[in-house]
Amino acid sequence: MPATTPKTRTRASAYWKGFADGAPFLLVVIPFAMLFGVLATEAGLNVLETLSFSAVVFAGAAQFTALQLMQENAPTVIVLASALAVNLRVAMYSASLTPWIGAAPLWQRAIAAYFTVDQSYACSVVQFENEPQMTVPQRMAYFTGVLSPIVPMWYVSSILGALVGTQVPDSWALDFALPITFLALVAPMLRTAAHVIAALVAIITSLLTAAVPYSLGLMIAGTLGMMAGAQAEMLLERRKLRHD
Amino acid sequence: MIDTGTLWIVIIGLGIGSYALRFAFLGIVGDRPMPAWLLRHLRYTAVAMLPALVAPQVVWPAATDGQADLPRMTAALVTLVVGLLTKNVLAAIFSGAATLFGMLWLFAL
Repeated sequence: MPATTPKTRTRASAYWKGFADGAPFLLVVIPFAMLFGVLATEAGLNVLETLSFSAVVFAGAAQFTALQLMQENAPTVIVLASALAVNLRVAMYSASLTPWIGAAPLWQRAIAAYFTVDQSYACSVVQFENEPQMTVPQRMAYFTGVLSPIVPMWYVSSILGALVGTQVPDSWALDFALPITFLALVAPMLRTAAHVIAALVAIITSLLTAAVPYSLGLMIAGTLGMMAGAQAEMLLERRKLRHD
Repeated sequence: MIDTGTLWIVIIGLGIGSYALRFAFLGIVGDRPMPAWLLRHLRYTAVAMLPALVAPQVVWPAATDGQADLPRMTAALVTLVVGLLTKNVLAAIFSGAATLFGMLWLFAL
């Protein structure tokens, strides 16, 4: 699959490319949503409450955080602030997608905003960078395609988890499906020295700040990584100009 | 037990809050031009955020109670190297998964 060959795409082919790219994430999404259903039921939520939680909030890590803190009887303000802090990264995703799909109609952007999650962001940004000639409607079709297998199963699996209460056995090692998938998506994106520097700075900072509460270490790491990448890009461009 | 009133306040509050986080740029900025320095930073969002998100899970996996785990670390490394060399996402995923299951199987013998 040479990423550099320009391809002519239709909206339909963009949608199905997205569908194919999103489908493997079911391995991550189904157990994750089921686990939420299980834990929510154990915390005393009924099926309707569990489904509403998953549908309204639609952010796995934030949901787990809120559930955990509510069980510890934390003040509601703390529950909200902590869960939102865990989810701050989606603001970065939203910003990063804006240059690509910001020209879409407002109603489409309003819907896309709700569906901006780790999986849809990661697939989309890779696809849009690989095929920059895609039109905005094609990009929206791709984004929708990625979400099509994931979203229904996110809701269904939350309910299943709440109803059945079973969990996937640990021996399947599905905890590691997400790290492998994200590393696989990121590796081909490391095209320039600036990209590599951004990733290295972010990884090192994230390990050093792992003890910072409410996943705020991730925000520090992400921000420092982006700054390192931007600075490296400017330095490299300046050096290139001098050589030319 | 979680109080029903509190639960619904949290569900609705969190729904509004996390939607606002996602709508902020996509909805409000839209296709208005963004300054060059901001665009330059946004070009590195994915390569910074996604590895930072998974790095702690690679080094201290929850499945092993935070103990460094050779199969998982090797699998992560193989995924990264295959991804870098082949530029092929699926090849990287399958090599990583094969490494993980292969080593977990070997270690369980």
